[in-house]
Amino acid sequence: MRFDLQLIPDWIRSKARVLDLGCGDGSLLCKLIAEKNVDGLGIEIDEDHITECIDKGLNVVEHDLNQGLATFRENSFDVVVMAHALQTLRDPHLVINEMLRVGRECIVTFPNFAHWRCRWHLGQQGRMPVSKFMPYNWYDTPNIHFCTVKDFEALCEDNGIRILASTVVADDSSESTMGRLMPNLFGVTAVYHISR
Amino acid sequence: MPEQSVGIVTPQSHHFAQPIELACGRSLMQYDLVYETYGKLNSDCSNAILICHALSGHHHAAGYHHENETKPGWWNSYIGPGKPIDSDQFYIVSVNNIGGCHGSTGPKSINPETGTPWQNDFPLLRCRDWVNTQRELMKVLGIQQWAAVIGGSLGGMQAMRWALEYPDEVRHCVVIASALKLSAQNIAFNEVARQSISSDPNFHSGYYMSHNVIPKQGLRLARMIGHITYLSEDGMGQKFGRELKTGNFSLGNDEVVEFEVESYLRYQGDVFSGSFDANTYILMTKALDFFDLAREYNDDPVEAFSNATCSFLVVSFTSDWRFSPERSREIVDALVAARKPVSYAEIEADFGHDAFLISNERYEKVFRAYMQRVAGETV
Repeated sequence: MRFDLQLIPDWIRSKARVLDLGCGDGSLLCKLIAEKNVDGLGIEIDEDHITECIDKGLNVVEHDLNQGLATFRENSFDVVVMAHALQTLRDPHLVINEMLRVGRECIVTFPNFAHWRCRWHLGQQGRMPVSKFMPYNWYDTPNIHFCTVKDFEALCEDNGIRILASTVVADDSSESTMGRLMPNLFGVTAVYHISR
Repeated sequence: MPEQSVGIVTPQSHHFAQPIELACGRSLMQYDLVYETYGKLNSDCSNAILICHALSGHHHAAGYHHENETKPGWWNSYIGPGKPIDSDQFYIVSVNNIGGCHGSTGPKSINPETGTPWQNDFPLLRCRDWVNTQRELMKVLGIQQWAAVIGGSLGGMQAMRWALEYPDEVRHCVVIASALKLSAQNIAFNEVARQSISSDPNFHSGYYMSHNVIPKQGLRLARMIGHITYLSEDGMGQKFGRELKTGNFSLGNDEVVEFEVESYLRYQGDVFSGSFDANTYILMTKALDFFDLAREYNDDPVEAFSNATCSFLVVSFTSDWRFSPERSREIVDALVAARKPVSYAEIEADFGHDAFLISNERYEKVFRAYMQRVAGETV
């Protein structure tokens, strides 16, 4: 399991009602149910993932996040999670605002575009970074809104969003000292716990 | 007979001598229900599934009535051994609703008080009347709780009503191509269908049996209108295009030109009007129009669903414009707000509302995955 997903359960209290935006094959929801006994609902657009989730006994609703969350009621979830989907959205800032309306707290993870390897790739080769983690070309990537740790924190600042906790996953897929000291340089994936 | 079928099935009938009070205030003093079952009830009676039929449906949902029957039951693609509603795992009960015209008590049946057919005097029915009579059959069959109640369209409305009226007796509710209530446009189509029937000179205010005639033309037209709305423009385009059944457009040719789609609609109208009862059609469309899941819950579907204790699967089809995906989303959103377990899939399909009856790879996968979950809870 991706390391950012392994960090998330620590920030969720037991039996919470959790909405997982872009829940994929449901591995995070399964983990949250097993470890925290949460009441979980996944939102997903990929048909194979939807079937996988149903197969696993999860509740999953087919929905395109780019259409927003208008049909979900205010504060209807304790926690709204969005792991590795922020960069694929047309209007990430609007979705984050919507997440904070629907959930009391939110957890967001995203790839940090300011990681040293991205910087090196762009600086040395003058080309958009392609890596194991982001294996797409600029023209066919679903990731249309990359940002950095600093960018995300600026967005929170501008929108009056409170950062309850944050961490980064470093190269060796763990929380490292380097990542703690310089998250924007050594974080591959950023993990933020936010609220209004 | 193709493989993966429940094979030859024989409809059964049960006579209910106890009166049942209907939503309209009248009572049926006695009634019959015709039904079919597929598969075996397990020892703790935990694997029973109820199939609720739609407007023109009936009890014959799967298999064949005899060796030479050319068409299987109406949901044969989804009910049978190894199919999503697996007859190797479930005991499946499919009932012809009261008011119907396939053997259960309806307008064609004899009114015991008068000794003549009910015809237009048959009580107006609501969805809950079907649920209540299905429940009487449930008791007869020795079932305390359905593993799932499943229905498409009007059948989905019955399934939802089950979940609210008898929450302890339903573990899963599968609602396919349905709605919390009909839209004005939907009611309008139904009214045109009813008008085409009642304006047939043979209708005689619904007492056509007394005149030994049937309003065949009116029923035929009603079905043709209905049929157009159950398909989509793309689906019709794919199926018929502008292909000609007879004639051609070469100059100097005055042969009669008939498009394939015309011929198809006429055929559908002919078959239907030869086998369906006009009073039943009127009664069923009215029940469809009257249905409003949340009416008695302050018009709040969230409040309505808060009574449910089962899990839900909701399915819609992209090209269905009579029961559009938006209508299904209203069901899903209310369930989510009511904190009920729900899964939802919007299936890409070309065949409009009829898509819920037709084989479709993704629909089958989703349906199968969900039903396996249901099966996993039975012994």
